[in-house]
Amino acid sequence: MVTLNVNGREVDVEADDDTPLLWVLRDELGLTGTKFGCGIAQCGACTVHVDGTARRSCVTPISAVAGAEVVTIEALAEQDHPLIRAWQAEQVPQCGYCQSGQIMQAADLLARIPDPGRDDIRNAMTGNICRCGTYTRISRAIERAAREG
Amino acid sequence: MKDDTTNRPTDLSRRGFLATTGGATFALTFLPGPGAIARAEGHAGRVNAWVHVATDGRITIHAPAAEMGQGVQTVVPMIVAEELDADWDDVSVETAPVDPAFNHPIFRGQYTVASLTVRGYWMPARLAGAQVRRALMMAAAEHWGVALDDLATEPGAVIGPDGRRMGYGEIVATAAIPGTPPEVAPEELKPVSEFRLLGHDRARVDVADKSSGAATYAADIRQEGMLYATVARAPVTGQSVGAHNGDEIAAMDGIEAVVDLGHGVAVVGASTAQVFAARRALDITWSGTPDGTRIDSERDQGEYLARLRDEGQAADKLFSSSGEAEAALEAAHEVVSREFVTEYCYHAQMEPMGGVALVNDDSAEVWTGTQWQTMALNKTVAATGLDPAQVTVHQLFMGGGFGRRAHTEYIDDVVAIASELRGRPVKLLLSREDDVASARLRPLTAQRVQMGLDEAGRIVALRHAVACQPVAPYMYGQARWEADEGADIITMRGSSMPHYAVPDQMAEHYYEMRGARVAAWRGIGAGYTKFAHETMIDEIARMRGVDPLDYRRQMASSDRVRELLDHVAGMADWGEARAEGRALGLAFAEYGASLAAAVAEISLDRESGRISAHNIWAAADAGLALQPDNIRAQMEGGMTFGLSAALKEEVTLRAGRIEQSNFSDYQVMRMAEMPEIVVDVLQGDDSPTEVGELGLPVVAPAIANAFLALTGRTVNHLPMTPERIRAVLEA
Repeated sequence: MVTLNVNGREVDVEADDDTPLLWVLRDELGLTGTKFGCGIAQCGACTVHVDGTARRSCVTPISAVAGAEVVTIEALAEQDHPLIRAWQAEQVPQCGYCQSGQIMQAADLLARIPDPGRDDIRNAMTGNICRCGTYTRISRAIERAAREG
Repeated sequence: MKDDTTNRPTDLSRRGFLATTGGATFALTFLPGPGAIARAEGHAGRVNAWVHVATDGRITIHAPAAEMGQGVQTVVPMIVAEELDADWDDVSVETAPVDPAFNHPIFRGQYTVASLTVRGYWMPARLAGAQVRRALMMAAAEHWGVALDDLATEPGAVIGPDGRRMGYGEIVATAAIPGTPPEVAPEELKPVSEFRLLGHDRARVDVADKSSGAATYAADIRQEGMLYATVARAPVTGQSVGAHNGDEIAAMDGIEAVVDLGHGVAVVGASTAQVFAARRALDITWSGTPDGTRIDSERDQGEYLARLRDEGQAADKLFSSSGEAEAALEAAHEVVSREFVTEYCYHAQMEPMGGVALVNDDSAEVWTGTQWQTMALNKTVAATGLDPAQVTVHQLFMGGGFGRRAHTEYIDDVVAIASELRGRPVKLLLSREDDVASARLRPLTAQRVQMGLDEAGRIVALRHAVACQPVAPYMYGQARWEADEGADIITMRGSSMPHYAVPDQMAEHYYEMRGARVAAWRGIGAGYTKFAHETMIDEIARMRGVDPLDYRRQMASSDRVRELLDHVAGMADWGEARAEGRALGLAFAEYGASLAAAVAEISLDRESGRISAHNIWAAADAGLALQPDNIRAQMEGGMTFGLSAALKEEVTLRAGRIEQSNFSDYQVMRMAEMPEIVVDVLQGDDSPTEVGELGLPVVAPAIANAFLALTGRTVNHLPMTPERIRAVLEA
């Protein structure tokens, strides 16, 4: 059994130690905002924060995050995070499936670099695939969130 | 040229209006025009309401088509609301159930493909909204004892003589709604100039939930007692399961069942993690050597080309023809002939295929995101033997469609598994590796294009031959293939040049029945046919020392095309000097009744062969622009998809098996490689036309034409990978 701290709440998880955090979040805790895309940390759809840093939950075993603070898109939604407002203002999502991961990655960027330039954005976000091709708007929304806070 | 079926007045059946608790339900059925199939009726016991007006004035409008990010969940209900004269702030949108009442007028099913959703539902949705408005006005007229002609509407209310007003909610609460829909003639519809909603950007109804993790996809469905499943499918269609270690797998932690589906093996268990672990341990020997096992994409493209070069081999199908192309080529002053190859492509939708099903003895439910809800229902009915009234298909958002979810094999699988585990809901989800291995691909193609020039150097004749596996027989079956007389619009789209004044044209299809799993893939044939046309046009223009913009302007068959070309040229400062090492390329393409033109600015790393796209400017004319910003979004998306296809995407097959496995070796466009994209939406004709795929076809030729401008060399093979570009530079 592993004890996790997810979105500020302690939860005991019965799954094996090597179970990817993604599946515990989705299947056991019902936090389905975090998505499965590739399973090998190539697409970023599963991005969450572990102790404030973006991590790919599909390749993060739960044993590696015991005692750490895990934050998912649901927590940002509860805070009405500036990125979520900016995502709506720029009408970013199309199919929407990758956008939780995009927002979590962008939140990590803004935490490190509050006023990122274009290249900062491109470098930080290039591990997150958006197959619908919303990159132009993702970039604009990050700039808006940085500006409007 | 427009297919007039989309603008033809559409019969609305007289299924009546229903007074219900707390409001009135307006049930209308969209039917195809005269001469089409018999009237479809809803399943017994269901109320299939296009519009529900509640007594508090809230209006619910059902969205009939499948939302995959293209915005139809918003715009089709908005068309209804426009004619209903609803206040959009009072409107809630709900996904329609699967029911013939919501059939697309062209496809005669709930089928969301070919960028035809808005174009198809346009007139029927307007008429439905207008009929409800008329009914509300008739009720108010009766209630007030005044003539209908003396009434008007403002958003959400009927206005009477002397400025009397009654809100729509109040009308359904207090006045008598007519029992049957009143007649509204197409000429009584609101003039476009009076639109209050359409033409003005509104937030899409799905964007808020898609920005907060709250939107629900099939993969997110959770049901009490639900089991999890995944499927390993035969790598080649027609192969079947031979020996496997299912007994060992069934003994693994959390695994409840191993199900032999014939064409694959399903592993069912208590969690996705356990099921995926079991799948990795699953060892299957496949039996059978169907045609598909002999596919070798590298060798096959040589065979396709050889066939096109062999003058003795006639085409299997004359796909389209106008004038006398062969004679015109004979008579031409000069003939330019070129060959092209494009590789198999994978949809790479972000949500792997899957769905949830619950099969009981007397009912079944399916939760899925599909482009073909009608097929999902029909397949579930057929597989379970239940009555349609006993089957419910819940349509959810799709984590990417792009044509992939026009196939429905995942419905077959999840219903088959759930039928084995009767009474338990089962969620099927493929791993990315299994999603790639069972991909339905854009076919490998070879093309041979001959253009005949007159003495002035204008293109006067076109003969376009495409060798590839047609998609229709695999997608729709042999009967429909025969009914369509072997015309495969999916692979042949774009093979004519309707917007250049080329009098003599023909397009021919050489069938390559190779047994591959193939699909419609965003942009379909136009993704490669326009690459051929538009790169040849640039090459010919440059051979003659004519500016490619001027050359296209000279040959354009309408002012509409010239205006579009001039517009995009202005956006890109065409003709202005570029920075050292950069060049521009122009391309034009129609998609259905819509037009697009784009200019790409690229640079080239000659050592690696890597092309970088820095800017793409595009202009789109999709007729009447109902939601201009959403058209921009679709163009941005379609162009990014096109850029990805132009530079990166390639599936290779050997002995019928797909050699790629995940995003590690199937590369798609990422943020760091993105150009700046700017899109202008021109206001075109008075009805809306195709959008979703419009951005894609122009990108590859615009990039290749910029490469030609930069290097003087042509590219004839997609994708334009660094290896291929190095080979071109070294040739």
